[in-house]
Amino acid sequence: MLRFQFGMELISPTDLAKEKVLTVQDYVLFCLQAVGNFFRKPLYVADMALQADAIGVGSLPIVVLTGFFTGAVLALQASNTLERFGSITLVGQLVSTSMVRELGPVLTSLMVAGRNSSGMASELGSMVVTEQIDAMRALGTDPMKKLVTPRVASTVFMLFFLTIISDLVGLVGGLAIAKLLLRLDARQYWYNAWESLVFQDVFMGLIKPVIFGFIIATVGCYYGMNARGGTQGVGRATTQAMVAASVLILATDLIVTRFLMATLSYH
Amino acid sequence: MSAPTLPLASAPTIVKDSSAPVIVFEDVALSFADNEVLRGVSFHLPRGETKAVFGVAGSGKSLILKLALGLIRPDSGRILVLGEDITQMREEQLFELRGKIGMVFQESALFDSLTVRENVAYRLMEEHGIYDDDIDRRVREALRFVELEHTLDLDPAELSGGMRRRVAIARAIITEPELLLYDSPTGGLDPVTSNTIIELIVKQRDVSKTSALMVTHRLQDAFTMASHQFDKQANRMVHLPAGQHCDVPMSFLILRDGKIIFDGDLNQLAHTEDEYIREYIS
Repeated sequence: MLRFQFGMELISPTDLAKEKVLTVQDYVLFCLQAVGNFFRKPLYVADMALQADAIGVGSLPIVVLTGFFTGAVLALQASNTLERFGSITLVGQLVSTSMVRELGPVLTSLMVAGRNSSGMASELGSMVVTEQIDAMRALGTDPMKKLVTPRVASTVFMLFFLTIISDLVGLVGGLAIAKLLLRLDARQYWYNAWESLVFQDVFMGLIKPVIFGFIIATVGCYYGMNARGGTQGVGRATTQAMVAASVLILATDLIVTRFLMATLSYH
Repeated sequence: MSAPTLPLASAPTIVKDSSAPVIVFEDVALSFADNEVLRGVSFHLPRGETKAVFGVAGSGKSLILKLALGLIRPDSGRILVLGEDITQMREEQLFELRGKIGMVFQESALFDSLTVRENVAYRLMEEHGIYDDDIDRRVREALRFVELEHTLDLDPAELSGGMRRRVAIARAIITEPELLLYDSPTGGLDPVTSNTIIELIVKQRDVSKTSALMVTHRLQDAFTMASHQFDKQANRMVHLPAGQHCDVPMSFLILRDGKIIFDGDLNQLAHTEDEYIREYIS
């Protein structure tokens, strides 16, 4: 490692690569431990309920707002294109498939990641730097079981339902535009929206929040539990958690979409 | 001066008898990257004794406590706590052993999302099977011991630094542990509050006869502990006559550059020939 004047460090590419590989290895082990603890006693059910309230109910306002405006703007953008082909009645179909398959899960996850991944990293990071995690271990409690597993379980569970709510509110947003601006029949909108959905769409739309919820919680907790260097370290962990969770969600979305399209015989 | 010979030949037995030392460090070494923090550290803590650990900042004092609690593992050497070799134990096994040990952290490390009552009762609540009434009674007892019964429903953020330390002591002693570990319990406190904390530690030592390892950089605290005894009748710490200082179960351990340079009682410390130690204690 080279150190320049003013304390700037230059890490060799080999060291950097090794560091990244080690981080991935640590993260994978961390995830395995978090999942494994779900099948070992004690199971902190009360903590799970508390986290479900904080993550699920707490995120409801931003999820509803995001879903509504996304559905509305989707209808607005789609109408412009569909009108050129004389197919403006298909707005409902476009909004529903886009929301259920893609935008509902992804945008809801990004919103929840922004709120909760960073929240978990800062909360757990603060506990690390103030020795509360060490105190917990000293008092005979496994912090992974007490703090991480409940957050992972609650995020996965609640994100599933938040996505359903977001999809529904998105459709309502699309309806508002269709009815008020495009002067379309509400019944026709709902009929198109409902009829266009097939099993594959719904399956894809509901499997994604489960995966994304796992990413949000594990990334947030991982960065929090590995925070070092006082308050500055907590701040760094918070930012890194949010960025890493968001990027991982988008990258995983591409892989999962491609995989599901192949396995579910999408046409 | 070389470090006094440590009576380790007779100390490290794994047999769990009441006379066996509660802590045994055997040639323990620990490094972080290229920094060798502890080098061949060996000492033992006899049952019922309080050992004060000194050293300049960064000498590895706090690490000794974390090693004794199994929070970190040594690079080499062996650590026996309450007769069990913790260097070979898995984390799950350590959780069980830690139930017999109380730890007071440097900055108290109270859970800020819990009230004082919940902090002190934490270990009892985690154990399950203990009735709420019993938990409440024991929490009150522990808080009465540190004279903070009135803070039951307060949050840690509402307490002063000294009060937080006292709550941390209450949390550590609620299960009547066999061993107590104090990490700079008076660090950053004013002299009056420090004295209150030291009085509580002496009370725990003399009333409950709990073995303890106390890391500190305040010599006067350790000297106070070595020259005082807790008077149960008067409910306060009293000064012992000069000739009786050696009756107190108290010893001193000094670290320098990751090695132990002194391990002995007050009398040995007072008569040491080592220039560094003489300068340190002066």
